[in-house]
Amino acid sequence: MLALRTSAVLAAAALAIAAAPVHAQDEKKEIEKYQKMLAEGSPVELFELQGEDLWKKPQGPKHASLEKCDLGMGPGVLKGAYAHLPRYFADTGRVMDLESRLVHCMVTLQGRDYKEATKRVFGNADKPSELEYLVAYVVGKSRGVRIAVSTRNPKEKAAYELGRQLFHYRAGPWDFSCGSCHGVAGKRIRMQSLPVLDKPSGARHTYATWPAYRVSNSQMKTFQWRLNDCYRQMRFPEPTFGSDATVALTMFLAVTANGERYAGPGTKR
Amino acid sequence: MKSKNVHVLLGGLAAALLAAQLAYADPTLLEVRAVMHRDFHARGQAVMSRVDQDDVQYLCTVTHNKPSAKQVKEMEADQLAMIRYPADGNYMGDWKRGAKIAASGKGMTWKEKPGQNRGGGCYNCHQLSPKQPSYGTIGPSLKHYAKVRPGVDGQKYVFAKIYDSKAFNLCTQMPRFGTSHSLTEQDIKDVTAYLLDPASPVNQ
Repeated sequence: MLALRTSAVLAAAALAIAAAPVHAQDEKKEIEKYQKMLAEGSPVELFELQGEDLWKKPQGPKHASLEKCDLGMGPGVLKGAYAHLPRYFADTGRVMDLESRLVHCMVTLQGRDYKEATKRVFGNADKPSELEYLVAYVVGKSRGVRIAVSTRNPKEKAAYELGRQLFHYRAGPWDFSCGSCHGVAGKRIRMQSLPVLDKPSGARHTYATWPAYRVSNSQMKTFQWRLNDCYRQMRFPEPTFGSDATVALTMFLAVTANGERYAGPGTKR
Repeated sequence: MKSKNVHVLLGGLAAALLAAQLAYADPTLLEVRAVMHRDFHARGQAVMSRVDQDDVQYLCTVTHNKPSAKQVKEMEADQLAMIRYPADGNYMGDWKRGAKIAASGKGMTWKEKPGQNRGGGCYNCHQLSPKQPSYGTIGPSLKHYAKVRPGVDGQKYVFAKIYDSKAFNLCTQMPRFGTSHSLTEQDIKDVTAYLLDPASPVNQ
């Protein structure tokens, strides 16, 4: 209901903007106004609250909550945890992002089966996925914290380098890489401006406002979803959820965004 | 095609290296590709061979889209030889149908069936009709393009450019719609007409 009403208000705002004669100088101001309206009508807080309930709810064969989940700052420590992810975890010997770590906790703490826990990682407007709620809750606890993702561990450094290479890797029937759309400053696709994501100038703001609520389809979207849908549009095969490749690409973008104050969950058109 | 096989062979070696848990601080493209084969999966028409680079994709990736003049000359000639021109020598189709293909950004994804929703996505990157304000800027404006590319020479060029853009600008971000079988010959003729027909909104 809230999502519907928000969409209607924002659609009206978008129409008003589209109808107005847009002068080059005014364009940026209008877009900023639109983005402010987006943020004011956003239901991200509802997702955070429901995520908190899920975090504390005993589930799985072990009938345990996720309250002892270690996201890298110690069991149950949430404040600032997302601002330091992805990171190397000694208990798994892997570099993990938030989503893959949450699933790890579901498996280890709650005794759930990996397949069951990842059966529905992306939800829809009618029924968001469990992960979308949990992600909203956890990242909200890093709001205002500076992003500081480490590459000190050799595996973290390797993930960063792999992510950098993946970003520029051109393939598929349309010859695209991430850099095809996110590699040149001042360009846009249709009316959507495109941040240059391999440079701090573009990566910082964009990365710091993901995960995000998408007004156009009334859904909370995780970063794993963001990468998945980019690869769909690049006409590639599908990246496997939580795989090293997806974590590496996230690592590359996160490190490039280092120093920015985390400001999510964001709200996007 | 020959060199693609070489890449595949080397890809097998890279996979073996990965399996041996080799620490790689700076992975090569073949190692990157081996990671993609491990960490991506085929879905619908988006089969795994899509992550295997052909010569153009490989060269453009390793040179950061700045290959040497010699490489450009050789490989653009190879690409030019891939173009199949219409047997009837007629490059112009139906601009109204071309308008729909130009406006559609769909087709070729894992959510679509092969051949379904064939779009050129032209407006994603180019200005075309002056009446359509929603256009991208990754490619140049093609407004009033009949003036830029007049006559039958212009028609042949536009057909070929859409068919295989890499024949003219090796590391361009524009897809090769004919070579990749994303659009049919008729689709490409229709988009060519949308760009060059005097009655098309692009030239109004």
